[in-house]
Amino acid sequence: MDNILSWIIWIPIIGMVAIGFVPRGQQDLIKKIAAVTTGIQLLVAVMIWITFNPTDGSFQFMERAEWIPSLGIAYILGIDGLSLPMVALNALIAFLGVFVSWNIDRAVKGYFALFLLLDTGIMGVFLSLDFFLFYVFWEVMLLPMYFLIGMWGGPQREYAAIKFFLYTLFGSVLMLIALLALYFACGKTFDMLLMMERAPFALDGVVWWGMSAIKVIWVLLFIGFAIKVPVFPFHTWLPLAHVEAPTAISVVLAGILLKLGVYGMLRINYTMLPDAVWWFAGAFAVLGMINVLWGAMCALAQKDLKKMVAYSSISHMGFLLLGMAAVIAGGAANGSNLMAAQAGINGAVFQMFNHGTISAMLFILVGVIYDQAHHRDIEGFGGLAAQMPVYSGIVALAFFAGLGLPGLSGFVSEAMCFIGAFPVFRTIVIISTIGILLNAAYFLWAFQRMFFGKLNEKYTGLVDINRRELFTVVPLLAITIFLGIYPRPFLDMIKETMNVLIDQVVIVGGIAGIF
Amino acid sequence: MDSLQTYLFISAILFSLGLYGVITRRNGIAVLMGIELILNSANINFIAFARFGGMNLSGQVFALFVIIMAAAEAAVALAIIINIFNNLQTVNIDEAQQLKL
Amino acid sequence: MLINYALGILFLPLLSFIILILVGKRLPRQGDWVAIGSVLITLILSLAMFGSMLLSHDPGFSHEASIEWMDLGAFRIELGFLIDNITIVMLLVVALISTMTHVFSIKYMAGDIRYSRYYAYLGLFTFSMNGIVLANNLFSLYIFWELVGVSSYLLIGHWFEKDSAADAGKKAFLTNRVGDIGFFIGVMLIFTALGTFNYGEIFQGVAQGDMAGTLLTLAGIGLFMGAIGKSSQFPLHIWLPDAMEGPTPVSALMHAATMVAAGVFLTVRLFPIFTPEALLFIAYVGGFTAIFAATIAITQNDIKKVLAYSTVSQLGYMILAVGTGAYIAGFFHLVTHAMFKACLFYGSGSVIHAMHHALHNKHDHDTDPQDMRNMGGFKSKMPVTYWTMVVAALAISGVPLFSGFLSKDAILAGTLAFGTHHPQHFLLPIFGFGAALITAFYMFRLIFMTFHNEPKLPELYDDINESPKEMTFPLVLLSTLSVFIFYTLPYFNPLSDHGWFMELVKAKDSMVPGNPSAHEIAEGIHHSHTLTMILSTLVAALGIFLSWSVYLKKRISADAWAEKLTPYYNLSLNKYFFDENYDKYLYQPLLRLADRISFIDWELYDKYFINGFGHVTKWLSFLTGRTDYDGLDQTIVDGLGRSMSKAGSTLKEVQTGRLQNYMLFALFGVVIIVIFQSF
Repeated sequence: MDNILSWIIWIPIIGMVAIGFVPRGQQDLIKKIAAVTTGIQLLVAVMIWITFNPTDGSFQFMERAEWIPSLGIAYILGIDGLSLPMVALNALIAFLGVFVSWNIDRAVKGYFALFLLLDTGIMGVFLSLDFFLFYVFWEVMLLPMYFLIGMWGGPQREYAAIKFFLYTLFGSVLMLIALLALYFACGKTFDMLLMMERAPFALDGVVWWGMSAIKVIWVLLFIGFAIKVPVFPFHTWLPLAHVEAPTAISVVLAGILLKLGVYGMLRINYTMLPDAVWWFAGAFAVLGMINVLWGAMCALAQKDLKKMVAYSSISHMGFLLLGMAAVIAGGAANGSNLMAAQAGINGAVFQMFNHGTISAMLFILVGVIYDQAHHRDIEGFGGLAAQMPVYSGIVALAFFAGLGLPGLSGFVSEAMCFIGAFPVFRTIVIISTIGILLNAAYFLWAFQRMFFGKLNEKYTGLVDINRRELFTVVPLLAITIFLGIYPRPFLDMIKETMNVLIDQVVIVGGIAGIF
Repeated sequence: MDSLQTYLFISAILFSLGLYGVITRRNGIAVLMGIELILNSANINFIAFARFGGMNLSGQVFALFVIIMAAAEAAVALAIIINIFNNLQTVNIDEAQQLKL
Repeated sequence: MLINYALGILFLPLLSFIILILVGKRLPRQGDWVAIGSVLITLILSLAMFGSMLLSHDPGFSHEASIEWMDLGAFRIELGFLIDNITIVMLLVVALISTMTHVFSIKYMAGDIRYSRYYAYLGLFTFSMNGIVLANNLFSLYIFWELVGVSSYLLIGHWFEKDSAADAGKKAFLTNRVGDIGFFIGVMLIFTALGTFNYGEIFQGVAQGDMAGTLLTLAGIGLFMGAIGKSSQFPLHIWLPDAMEGPTPVSALMHAATMVAAGVFLTVRLFPIFTPEALLFIAYVGGFTAIFAATIAITQNDIKKVLAYSTVSQLGYMILAVGTGAYIAGFFHLVTHAMFKACLFYGSGSVIHAMHHALHNKHDHDTDPQDMRNMGGFKSKMPVTYWTMVVAALAISGVPLFSGFLSKDAILAGTLAFGTHHPQHFLLPIFGFGAALITAFYMFRLIFMTFHNEPKLPELYDDINESPKEMTFPLVLLSTLSVFIFYTLPYFNPLSDHGWFMELVKAKDSMVPGNPSAHEIAEGIHHSHTLTMILSTLVAALGIFLSWSVYLKKRISADAWAEKLTPYYNLSLNKYFFDENYDKYLYQPLLRLADRISFIDWELYDKYFINGFGHVTKWLSFLTGRTDYDGLDQTIVDGLGRSMSKAGSTLKEVQTGRLQNYMLFALFGVVIIVIFQSF
């Protein structure tokens, strides 16, 4: 059990090396190795989930080793209630992703090797507590993604891949600047725990080019992370990347990669620059509102199913931003409404997880129909409910989850985000609730066009969802339903950490004062 | 007529004749002979400066060295010319331009 | 014990849903017995609860139980049950109508390709409806509120091969969502102000004045928005008539008796927190809907459409009652209306079933089996259906001796009392009585067109047969329950609504300061009771008489009047063009806006702005590339090299390989040096 976090990060690398030694032509063996590797990783994640102490809001399973001591860089890992669900989600999605990719037949070795590398990169980001290490993993994750989209994607894959890469790299560069600024401000250390203690006070009153340094760093970090989320107006890489990426990669993109941005904001912006949260919360709420409405409106207009789901992700991330903005309700200026702050921030993290499962499910389902029909044009189907009853039932459930139906997990988190943000951002929340309607509109409309009506003559040959595909969807579906009915097992794991986070923003941010 | 200028004058004529021979003759042997003239004009200068310049015997010593060196030079140069003749069937030095790129 | 009953009532239908959706097709008889069994047990449990309510005879009875669903420290959500007399009565209504629907559907849906799916969805609906009834807080109410929406969506779209059915399901869901947004905003307003979702705590908070004034009014109107959507009130009434695309038993259960009544139930539950302004808003919405929908019902020819608009109108009645403070009367009407309206729907289902069979035998797929213009004279062929429907029609028209009279009377008395108290709102009683008149008229128009006169399609007439027992049994039972006696016991007075209902289901005082107390409202109703009774009976009689003379005796020609009033007739026939206008001014612009935004996003913003960065960067790099290569590298760096090499190749000419030349050069050199030396 020692070094369990290191294990969970590096296990995929072991698999990757093993895949490297597989002789040419043994594609099944490669897939099996990938499945076993991610399976073990998932088991380790479950073990962490079980042994995690939910009453402790600080970091657990800490690991610490020297790396480059002269520059204050170390190998520090730790997990808390914020990263725990993300680690579990990543392990699950990666495991299912292998099965989603089972039909890959071109350059199998490279595909799975890169897939496992991607897995390691993401895991590393969630678990690093050294900013430099964090940044390294952040970049490690970028490269396999580029190749996975660019080599195994759709017709416009090169364009999509390069766009994704440049967009994200642009963000990374801004993040690097902020990282260095924080490094020097905090006495030349990359240790995040130290930075969380020092950064809120270290930059007080520092002015760069006539602007508060805190604001500058905050904005740099924000843009860096916002591109990943994606927050309007940094969102246009997402539909393209989703449409062009192979199914499993869309799943990983929507399921986990988008969460990295939010994770980064909560982990770094909120803890290291808590006073700026006060300054920026309004913008968060407004951007959240725009995300909700803009994403939903765009989704309503789409003819391509995958693009519609991609835009729905943008809309769903908007709810999450609203929840994140709610944290300032806990401050004295807003009547110390701890209730709203807790609802909002827990709702946001819950929404991260739920969107991970739901959008992953949606993309897998899009892939199922695409594999058979070789197109994703919503208008091109019709009447599939009679032809593929099980598939249409599952799609219905997934769509309902997407439109926030009570009883499914998406509703709980969306409602929490709204309830949390309402006291402080009343008008914005009320406008955003239109998003609830629009979400329902495009999901139901798409469902009707694809599954209802007369069966299209072309598709009498389609067969229902097969066992492998069911195996990839059912776990996500089960989680969605379970957490929709009874969210406590999840929320109990994260709530202490969220309280720590709220305290950091409200109390430390309050002491540090606004600039 | 017993003055330095006279000797230098003779030496200069001798040198010019030698130089003329070196520059204008195509025949390797003739060129060699021109060089002998130049060397001997130098000898005359050495002796003349030693006699009129009050330089003890160093002028004469140098002249002796030059005579010895001229003999050695003639031997080496003639060997080269024989080799050129063996290779090119001529002693015309214009023909011997293999070193030129 | 009641809690255990309630748990059973709630979760048995859910269990049936899960079983049927997973293995329904593989069970014998496609598993309909699972659904019927489970719903029968809920009926028995509801009856047991009802019995215990009658026995204990305690108007103030109330029992609550909760579980902690979410606990984040400060933010907590408790979900639970509230069992009081309203709950128990409502549970019984739901269980009864649901059971009847299950029984009715055995034959009505026989042979359907998704028979087990249909029963599964009925289970889901019953579960969610019971959830609404049992909820003790706004949060779980909202959860079940949406879930009934989904079951409604699924059941309306049961025959999804028809585009109209699929459209109707979607429309129902989305229209409801509009209302739900308001509801959710109301919930958030209340939670923000009072920090709780629990009814009791909310009432307490309002009573203490923690929330008052405009905020409370807005919250009330927000919550009422949910009711507008679910109970199909103006201007969100458009979905209910379309919902008739679903199977008729579903229409009876959801779109007449129970689900649409959920909105009324909500306003009844939350009555104590509505401010006078909110109540006035509610009253006007309800009253206007009542008369507005009734005027549409007059001209409809589709038998189910008539009933649908009648439902909208009756729901308006109930809402009107809540708005005028007589909310128990509204709830009473909900109960009686559930019985006779379900009966009417089953009756229409029975007729449609018979028509369908007759058309099927004739291989006629073009004639509309629901159009009353194709019917007529069914009285002798379908006597059970006829007589039960007549009873129900009398009840809905508010004729004495029937249940509808009692409840309608109570509502109209409340309205009249309100009108007398506040003369400026004289329109409300006019709405009420006017709607009553029209209701009586169009209900008997339906009866006469369907069952009397000569058959319009004689070739079909021979094939029309009475429906099987599974279908007539619910008709008989429900028409029996439309008789006054079941509501006035232990008294026997057909003219007074005093009975177990009014004794056990007592009005609560409003918690909002300034609202009249329950006692004052009851006094007002009592005072206007006699006048109302006379007026409403007259109105009902007049309506029936008119209908009789137009459609049975043909003394007045309907066509001639339609001719005379063409503009109004067309308005009514086309439902005041609401669908068309919504389509033109709402949906189409929205879709166009969506297209526009998507275009901006993808074609303009992304292609020009975001890619613009790329283009600018590319252009810049091209420029630097040119400068670097052409300018710097080629001209300066390489240029130096090239000039050297050029110099070299020029100078190499000097190297002739001729010794004499070199000598000559040396000579020149010496000469030059000498010349320089000499100066």
